[in-house]
Amino acid sequence: MNAAVFSLLAILIVALAVGVVLNRNPVRSAMCLVGTLFLLAVMFVFLDAHLVAVLQIVVYTGAIMVLFLFVIMLLNLQTEAAEQSPAPMRALVGVCGFAFMGILGGALLVADGTDKFSAPVPAGFGTSVAVSERLFTHFLLPFEITSLLLLVAIVGAVVVAKKKLE
Amino acid sequence: MIGTNAILALAVVLFGIGALGVMIRRNVIVIFMCIELMLNAANLAFVAFARALHSMDGQVIVFFVMTVAAAEAAVGLAIIIALFRNRETIDVGELNLMRW
Amino acid sequence: MEHPAAHAAAQSAVLAAPYLWLIPAFPLLGSLFNLAFGNRLGKAAVRVVAPGAVLLSFLTGLYAFWSLVRAGTGAVLVNRVYPWIHAGSLQVDVAFSFDPLSGLMVLIVTGVGFLIHVYSTAYMDHDEGYARYFTYLNLFTFAMLLLVLGDNLPLLFVGWEGVGLCSYLLIGFWYENPDNASAGKKAFIVNRVGDAGFLLGLFLLYWSLGDGPQDLSFRSIAGQAGELGPGSVLVTAICLLFLLGATGKSAQIPLYVWLPDAMAGPTPVSALIHAATMVTAGIYMIARMNFLYVLSPEAMLWVAAVGAVTAIFAAAIGLVQNDIKKVLAYSTVSQLGYMFLGLGVGAYGAAIFHVMTHAFFKALLFLGSGSVIHGMGGEQDIRKMGGLKKYMPTTYWTFLVGTVAIAGIPPLSGFFSKDEILFAAFNRFRVLWAVGLFGALLTAFYMTRLLIKTFWGECRADHETQHHIHESPPAMTVPLIVLAVLSVAGGWIGTPWANVLGDFLAPVFNSRHGHHSASLELALMVVSFAVALTGMGLAYFAYVVRPGLTTRLKEQLPFLYQPLLNKLGVDELYDLLIVNPLVAASRWLWSGFDVRGVDGAANGVAAVVERNSAVWRKLQSGNVQHYALSLFAGAVVIVAYYVLA
Repeated sequence: MNAAVFSLLAILIVALAVGVVLNRNPVRSAMCLVGTLFLLAVMFVFLDAHLVAVLQIVVYTGAIMVLFLFVIMLLNLQTEAAEQSPAPMRALVGVCGFAFMGILGGALLVADGTDKFSAPVPAGFGTSVAVSERLFTHFLLPFEITSLLLLVAIVGAVVVAKKKLE
Repeated sequence: MIGTNAILALAVVLFGIGALGVMIRRNVIVIFMCIELMLNAANLAFVAFARALHSMDGQVIVFFVMTVAAAEAAVGLAIIIALFRNRETIDVGELNLMRW
Repeated sequence: MEHPAAHAAAQSAVLAAPYLWLIPAFPLLGSLFNLAFGNRLGKAAVRVVAPGAVLLSFLTGLYAFWSLVRAGTGAVLVNRVYPWIHAGSLQVDVAFSFDPLSGLMVLIVTGVGFLIHVYSTAYMDHDEGYARYFTYLNLFTFAMLLLVLGDNLPLLFVGWEGVGLCSYLLIGFWYENPDNASAGKKAFIVNRVGDAGFLLGLFLLYWSLGDGPQDLSFRSIAGQAGELGPGSVLVTAICLLFLLGATGKSAQIPLYVWLPDAMAGPTPVSALIHAATMVTAGIYMIARMNFLYVLSPEAMLWVAAVGAVTAIFAAAIGLVQNDIKKVLAYSTVSQLGYMFLGLGVGAYGAAIFHVMTHAFFKALLFLGSGSVIHGMGGEQDIRKMGGLKKYMPTTYWTFLVGTVAIAGIPPLSGFFSKDEILFAAFNRFRVLWAVGLFGALLTAFYMTRLLIKTFWGECRADHETQHHIHESPPAMTVPLIVLAVLSVAGGWIGTPWANVLGDFLAPVFNSRHGHHSASLELALMVVSFAVALTGMGLAYFAYVVRPGLTTRLKEQLPFLYQPLLNKLGVDELYDLLIVNPLVAASRWLWSGFDVRGVDGAANGVAAVVERNSAVWRKLQSGNVQHYALSLFAGAVVIVAYYVLA
């Protein structure tokens, strides 16, 4: 992709992310996050990660964010009152956060690595065939364990969230 | 043309914003959402590296991260619901029983 | 007169006697039996077991004695029981040796001890702590036997400490009265000062002996004594340190102060421990170490001087005391002084002879006083006695025998032993002979005074007490009679013309009977006899012929009378110079150092830790976001390190 497209995408993503953090209303925060995730999926497409992009939309925005919204609605959360963390805390947080971003960002700016980013990708890169080819051979064990993890998560979520029977 | 570095820089910025959100916001659900943001920043970084090294392993890892994030979100939200049922609040500042 | 021969290596024939360990074992078993079963099985069992154990020791001792005599002059019986301390060049074993000196001591300890045990079965009959009493008494006998049978200095010291402990236990026997407990403490603590001297002497001795294995047995030290340098400062120092130990145990100046207070214990205890046995331990020890003392004439002079001065010092105080036991206590201190005098002038055999005769008549006198106290229902003040001879005839007659014996009237035992010492003193230090003679005068006087005030004249007790005065039961009077017989006849083995005892003991002291002028000795005997008669006569004059004389003297010479009555203020002096400063120092150390210093430091550390953690625990705010921040800050630091460095 060219720089213009990337820049546009990047700016939008960052703007929406900031919106997630700064919005008073949790529903609006959630919607900003949906937007961020969607735009990230677009970014994935540009990076030749087609399966991942689709999964991002279907799983992340389609399932996880819906779950978030369900819970927000369930708890009937209102617009948050403006109690903030105390100032010293915010100052420290700000320092840490911007230090982090600054250091790493700066490092990235001056870094000069040679990689194969600009070269064209092999055929079938990023398709489901390519993913599954790796997934069911090299990463088989993590795959199985992850399915077990999902089972545990399902059972756990039900157990934790349900009301106690009288 | 754009290079890996630019994408990684974006990932770093997203991560930072997510971290700031975790530490600043008082609403537990919003904190959760910021955590998801951080996870996605990591995903972006993995995909960028996969592209740069022409290796599918990066995308497979993203696959796993997403799965785990889903599981984590489910359980975490269940906990928040239970929490709200008991304490009537989801303000992190008030959930401080473990203090000295 | 005996004088030391040239020092040769021990020529004694050493014979094995594997039964010697039984002699101390019997009383130990008796003690353990009384401890474990005494209360359960009751008085009937204890009164058989306790004296029985001592009797068994006595019989075993007799058998050993007979074997020793049969083995001829210079023989020693040895029983090596087991290896004890084997550490480098120190190779000490638990071993018992039975030579004429220790054999004699064993017979005295077990013989007189047996009589006193029998006496105690009646005297202590009404006491609740019957079993406890006999446990201690048997334990004491065990320790004393260890002391006299021990083949080496460390084992002797074990017995030494043991008798000190039992003395404390028995003096403070009726501990519910704090005064009795204090008396026990005083005895133990004053003894400890002496023990420190003993130990220092022992260490100095060990240090100055050569390299190579040392078993610290008396034979081996005697063999090496020549290496120590006769007449040197080292030998004198060692001897003086041991002398300090002896003054503690045998109640001489400066450590005699515990003995008068020790009268707080039951009277049979006073008879056994503070007349016949424990207090003779110091004399035994010096006699045992004679091979060391002959190397240091200065030390011997000190021994003699301490003995002589103590003899008249204590006799003077005993002159005016009103408690029957206190008079006898000071008399004991004084007589022990005579024994030291004997040791100091080289008459070791004479000193041991006096130990024996003194054991007989002093035990007799103490047991007699016990009989009096028993009959008088607990009264001990002689001003409230009098005329007891018609109420308690056996006690009276035996007490009379004891008085005559101690005064030194021939042919009773006290005369021969005391005279032998005085004769030896005359030939060495005439001044000390004169001092000893003056002491004999005082002894005769105060003992006669005691006899007269207790048994003669009108009874000064109140009617209630007079009604109840009775003679004591046979268990008490029979030992009195036995001891009286011994007090009369005991001296006949040591007469100047047929000194059986002296010859018997001679190999131990490497001495032989020197030639002495028979006429000089006879003359001095007459002088001693005359002095004794004078003393008794003066007492008779002062208390029977002119009864008001002493009261007038007391009024006219208060500067003489009052200090003597107040024991010449020695206790008060020690309190002032030693006890009070020590107590004050301890108190200061406690309050200043222990409470403020040590406790303060310990509490201070705790306080510092507490305040420190009070600051740090604020980190546990309970706020998840704070924790997240600290995590993130750490991550930033690590990132910075890796990126920038």
